Amino acid sequence: MNKQESKNKGLKVLINVSFIIVSFIALFPILSLLLSSLRPSSELMRNGISLTFDPSTLNFDNYTYIFTQAYQYWAWYGNSITISALTIVLSLFFSSMVGYALACYDFKGRNFFFVLVLFILMIPFEILMLPLYKMMISFQLINTYAAVLLPAIVAPIAVFFFRQYALGLPKELMDAARIDGSNEYGIFFKIMLPLMLPSLAAMAILQGLGSWNNFLWPLIVLRSNDMFTLPIGLATLLTPYGNNYDVLIAGSVMTIVPIIILFIFFQKYFVSGLTVGGVKG
Amino acid sequence: MLSTDKSTSVQLSQTKQPNKVAKFLNSKKVVPYVFVSPFLLSFLIFTLYPAIKGIIMSFQSVLPGQVEFIGIRNYERIFNPTFYKALGNTTVYVVLTVTILTILPILFSILLDSKLVKGKTVYRAALFMPALASTIVAGMVFRLLFGETDTAAANQIVGWFGVDPIQWKYNAWSGMFLMVILASWKWMGVNILYFLAGLQNIPNELYEAADIDGASRIQKLWYVTLPFLKPVTIFVVTISIINGFRMFEESFVFWSAGSPGNIGLTVVGYIYQQGIQQNDMGFGAAIGVILMIIIFVISLIQLFLTGAFKRGDE
Repeated sequence: MNKQESKNKGLKVLINVSFIIVSFIALFPILSLLLSSLRPSSELMRNGISLTFDPSTLNFDNYTYIFTQAYQYWAWYGNSITISALTIVLSLFFSSMVGYALACYDFKGRNFFFVLVLFILMIPFEILMLPLYKMMISFQLINTYAAVLLPAIVAPIAVFFFRQYALGLPKELMDAARIDGSNEYGIFFKIMLPLMLPSLAAMAILQGLGSWNNFLWPLIVLRSNDMFTLPIGLATLLTPYGNNYDVLIAGSVMTIVPIIILFIFFQKYFVSGLTVGGVKG
Repeated sequence: MLSTDKSTSVQLSQTKQPNKVAKFLNSKKVVPYVFVSPFLLSFLIFTLYPAIKGIIMSFQSVLPGQVEFIGIRNYERIFNPTFYKALGNTTVYVVLTVTILTILPILFSILLDSKLVKGKTVYRAALFMPALASTIVAGMVFRLLFGETDTAAANQIVGWFGVDPIQWKYNAWSGMFLMVILASWKWMGVNILYFLAGLQNIPNELYEAADIDGASRIQKLWYVTLPFLKPVTIFVVTISIINGFRMFEESFVFWSAGSPGNIGLTVVGYIYQQGIQQNDMGFGAAIGVILMIIIFVISLIQLFLTGAFKRGDE
């Protein structure tokens, strides 16, 4: 008995220590980015991030520069915020209605529509990319927010998620509201949609983060520096011959810190939003 | 916006004078179609049309102001050494990331779910955090950690073992290593969450029954836990394969437009190079069609394995 217990204890210590190490490895790149942003950026680009450094060289110069002189960076920031916010609003608006209709109404073609949503889920964006690019050229939307936004409106994963969530809503509320004289649209916007708030939060995070970090499509349709989003703008600084490393490194920190803060407060929604595929079935 | 306009007009007309249009739009038969139509419309314009257009383009030579049907000439051109290189790189990347991103998350999630670990929510959050960072930002940090000089972290570490500084971005094996480690680092925590969710579905009674039968820890793992994780595993493997074949950023962040000897070229990278940079959209579309076929086959295999074709329900 005693032997078994001490064996268990040894195992426990071993496993906990391994998890501390693994967690440290997971956080190491983020921590080293935070720390590096306080170091002279040109030296960093020349020598890479070292395991050892001279603490006396730490300073806020990169941040001073970015807050006082890097106007371009703030234009990217504004673009990213605008595009992410609009993506969230539009994709949630369109897909919550569909998810709700699929879950709460009985109508001809409902099953067909649901299968269609599952089918759209399987179409990878990379295949639509070139035809969409050509379409944006002919619509003369190249280098506009609209070009980035429009394809993002179709969010089958969100439709799927909203349907699953709305299936669990009490349908009696709809009948009660009808008796009270509310029309069908009022039922959705005033009664059912507020009940779907947790699922809206999860999908807002999924769509928002996806848009905030989106790279390939904005890279293709955005042309001028003042229209770039953060990932595109930062990627242009990522050359061996650049001289804006201060913006690159401090700017990178400010790209992920707001997300990490949101994550700390809304962990639950991040988890359900980013693992939405797991609710399948 | 369509339906809000309609809903306000419905409300207005109802309070004033209920007319036929308002009644029609508010009938339970029509409402669902109003709800799905904006989505359906955007699907038709931004998904279905481009998908069909992409297939048509793959049989065309697409030049500005001059489109010409050229049969299967694009497809004949595809099977060239550069495409094989891109497909080979992508396949190796898929095999490595899928292996790492399945086996380690299973192990970690089982340990996190056991009573042996204290403070599992903290570990879970820490492991999940990399998923928040954009691949560009994360890749920049990895570039600096895996710099060429002997002062960069990775070379400092290999230096402890007496290995000379490695030119990480300039060898085929180390280039692949960079992409795989970046993706593995980023997605580990998300996959752990999938498996943790799967573990919640295992009824406790099964473990109790196994205890009564005197099963050892390893036996319980092998005969109870792992069989129950099969559906999640199929799911995780499938999305990892698909995401692997769609990979682009992990390569772009290290080499931008071109890697030495194409060591970082992927299928999507090849589409980007040919379709966007070289403006050869017909050829790019043909590569896209090949990629679509690969991904559809994988999705179908998944549906088959999960038994989606056996059950008649939704």
